[in-house]
Amino acid sequence: MSSEAIGKGSGSAAAHGHEVDHGHGDDDIHPAPSYFIFKYVFSHDHKVIGLQFLFSGLIFFVLGGLLAMAIRWQLAWPWKPMPILSQALWSSPSLGYQMPPEFYNKLFTMHATIMIFFVIIPLLAGAFGNFLIPLMIGARDMAFPRLNMLSYWFMWPAFVLITYSFVVEGGSAEAGWTSYPILTIARWSTPGSLNGQTFWLLALLFAGISSLMGSINYITTIVMLRAPGMKMFRMPMTVWAMFITALLQAFALPVLTSALIMQTLDRLVGTNFFSPIGWTVANAPPVVGGGGPLLFQHLFWFYSHPAVYIMILPAMGMVSDIIATFSRKPLFGYKPMVLAIAGIAGLGFIVWGHHMFQSGMNPALGATFMLSTMMIALPSAIKVFNWLGTMWGGRIQYTAAMLNAMAFVAMFVIGGLSGIFMAATPVDMHIHDTYFIVGHIHYVLFGGSMFGLFGAIYYWFPKMFGRMMSERLGLIHFFLSFIFFNGTFFLMHIIGMHGHPRRIADPTIYPYLQGAGITGMNQFMTYSAFALGLAQLIFAYNFIYSLFLGPKAPINPWHANTLEWTTSSPPPHYNYARIPTVYHPPYEYSVPGISEDYLPQTEPMPPGIVLDPVMA
Amino acid sequence: MRYWSVLFALAAIFSVGVFLYAPFSPDWWLPNPASDYRHVVSTFGREIDSLYLIILSITGIVFIGTQVVLVWEMFRFVDQKDEAGKPVRPAQYFHGSQRLEVIWTIIPAAILVFIALYQMGTWASIKFRSSAPKVPPVAEITGRQYQWVMRYPGPDGKLNTQDDLFTVNDLHFVKNRTALIYLKSSDVIHSFFLPQMRIKQDAVPGLTIPVWFDADTAGKYDLACAELCGWGHYKMRASVTVHETDEEFQKWLKEKLAEQNQSQLTMATDSQER
Repeated sequence: MSSEAIGKGSGSAAAHGHEVDHGHGDDDIHPAPSYFIFKYVFSHDHKVIGLQFLFSGLIFFVLGGLLAMAIRWQLAWPWKPMPILSQALWSSPSLGYQMPPEFYNKLFTMHATIMIFFVIIPLLAGAFGNFLIPLMIGARDMAFPRLNMLSYWFMWPAFVLITYSFVVEGGSAEAGWTSYPILTIARWSTPGSLNGQTFWLLALLFAGISSLMGSINYITTIVMLRAPGMKMFRMPMTVWAMFITALLQAFALPVLTSALIMQTLDRLVGTNFFSPIGWTVANAPPVVGGGGPLLFQHLFWFYSHPAVYIMILPAMGMVSDIIATFSRKPLFGYKPMVLAIAGIAGLGFIVWGHHMFQSGMNPALGATFMLSTMMIALPSAIKVFNWLGTMWGGRIQYTAAMLNAMAFVAMFVIGGLSGIFMAATPVDMHIHDTYFIVGHIHYVLFGGSMFGLFGAIYYWFPKMFGRMMSERLGLIHFFLSFIFFNGTFFLMHIIGMHGHPRRIADPTIYPYLQGAGITGMNQFMTYSAFALGLAQLIFAYNFIYSLFLGPKAPINPWHANTLEWTTSSPPPHYNYARIPTVYHPPYEYSVPGISEDYLPQTEPMPPGIVLDPVMA
Repeated sequence: MRYWSVLFALAAIFSVGVFLYAPFSPDWWLPNPASDYRHVVSTFGREIDSLYLIILSITGIVFIGTQVVLVWEMFRFVDQKDEAGKPVRPAQYFHGSQRLEVIWTIIPAAILVFIALYQMGTWASIKFRSSAPKVPPVAEITGRQYQWVMRYPGPDGKLNTQDDLFTVNDLHFVKNRTALIYLKSSDVIHSFFLPQMRIKQDAVPGLTIPVWFDADTAGKYDLACAELCGWGHYKMRASVTVHETDEEFQKWLKEKLAEQNQSQLTMATDSQER
């Protein structure tokens, strides 16, 4: 439909401006802006905006990672003076070089907030969504380039607010990334709720508006701007995943936005959305109240459970592309994979209550949420089986990108299976809010999303910057990350099973956590975490060095099929001199009867090959 | 480099090994009395642990299965080149299998539904208000930053009367007898967590939530706060004492009541006389 309309007039490749038939096909080539500020700062170009998201995300990844190191230090050696921070912050006699307990709460709150809202979502949806969607569907840019620019620049107030919140009176927010009232609306309840929480709320509001702009753009672009022949079921899994992620964001984010605004009003204006009757904190006079603290949890998780899938689906899509490319084989069950993503997204809206099994919500409701949550494991399982099927019988090439994608599969299996424990309401009674859930979330978000992101960076770096990253350093970085990732997070399942609560600054308060085994495991995890952090220096070096001095990248270094590999590296401002025509689905590798083991989407299928209509 | 499969195999072996070792160490296994760490003290604890072990077995089998396939593929289907730089064998060209998709949709679905339905009974007996025991409450417990305030019925056996006993961070009940408590919070959300009895319930301001549990072994246990409640959250710990007999519990109650009813004036004069 729309794709045909856009394809009209393909054939004349020249960039001849606006005079002919405005808005259709090849004539829609705009010259690249010549001023630095419009080319690289306030750019409308989806590629530049994608890279802006990439760099800001990676910078916040460093900050979030450093916060994690401080968390691990305190857990391994509670209250022991910490290098650098103790000298800088806690040298006064009243503190005696010890980390104050509220500072520990700030650490894990800001670690989670930064990693989720300022690293993973901006990197997956912001960086790779922006960079890849137009290139992979054969479009010149996003449907709304100016909105796209705004979606990045709306992140900046969020960056400033969240960073500045560390130095306001009382310090940054410290009520967890979940930010449950009443702790967050009573300003005297804990130091971080004095001012930091307001900054946290405003930062998240800006980040949410940015995501919403992005998602509107992605949906419109994918629906309207596909190249001729790019039917929905010829889109790469990456684009499918970004599409469904954008739908999730568009429908879930308004709920979070309203919850954040209500909490802000409760804090600043004195409304009572979340404060119950006659409630009081820290001996302050009671307030009138009349609201419900559980209301916030429902609203928050109605967004934040889908948000968990927003943080994994794009990685799943990119990993599917990487695995098919480096197995030199068609993706196993392409259409079932698409349906599985859609199933995850659909079910994702009716499972939020599993975060609230022990919250005081009606237990009968918990029983229904248990059933829906169990069922969401099904599409995830189908995806894993299909990835394994893709590799079966392939010619697996061990590039850094492929190994990271395989690590995604292996680690996501652990994260997915550990989720079943929490989905079971009686078992969840014991492991809820323990380190078991911390292990689970890190297997999904680091083992899953971060390995997926590393894979995606190794894979698309040549297209983004026109230079190759060092494979050798990439392999070393992967080897060390994989080992120390498991060392850092796997034992969390064990201490969680032993009942080690999350978010406590000092486990040795509890007699049942004083054993040498628990202390030993905590210290082992801390050493592994430090090593995991150091291993990222190799990545940083490889990234920065290759950015300037890496060998020049060819157009299609991995012999991949998708459209972005048919244009130059990096692509020109207008992406394609001539809008490509698409002839077949993206995973036709090792097609019998042709000399090469890949067949770009722009080349017709050899005669005599009929694709399975249900699978491909 | 087919030997990358070894790295993945080692990670899987490490993961399985950790869980195989766990039952042999009191610090690694589920939290139980230190003297007899394999014995679960509460009825619900035994049910929850058996459900936990069922899920652990099912997920363990699935985990081993998928990892074996992955590692085997990494080893078997590596890209090998001959001397001329040509691949030794081509990749197979196929797009999937409807039969396999149906199999690996239906079997996991059946297992997942089984797990969910199998848990329902235990969940209902622990949390549904309709299954609350018809016994007088042991105490009313109120969380506040950062302590647990326990209110026990006094000599008249009724809660919320003049003769109630108040203690801080000190929960007592009798073994082999279902203890019913009413859980409240006076400021922010807390969570009542008895690790050895596998009980967890958030204390929500504005709600009074009944919670019930038991223990078959007398001794000292822990009560933790499991919901972030402010800067002092980590130290919001109470001790739990399970008494051997009701007489012992009543004796403790009497002593505490006498302590509470001592007027501050007598306490002051007492110390002067000494």
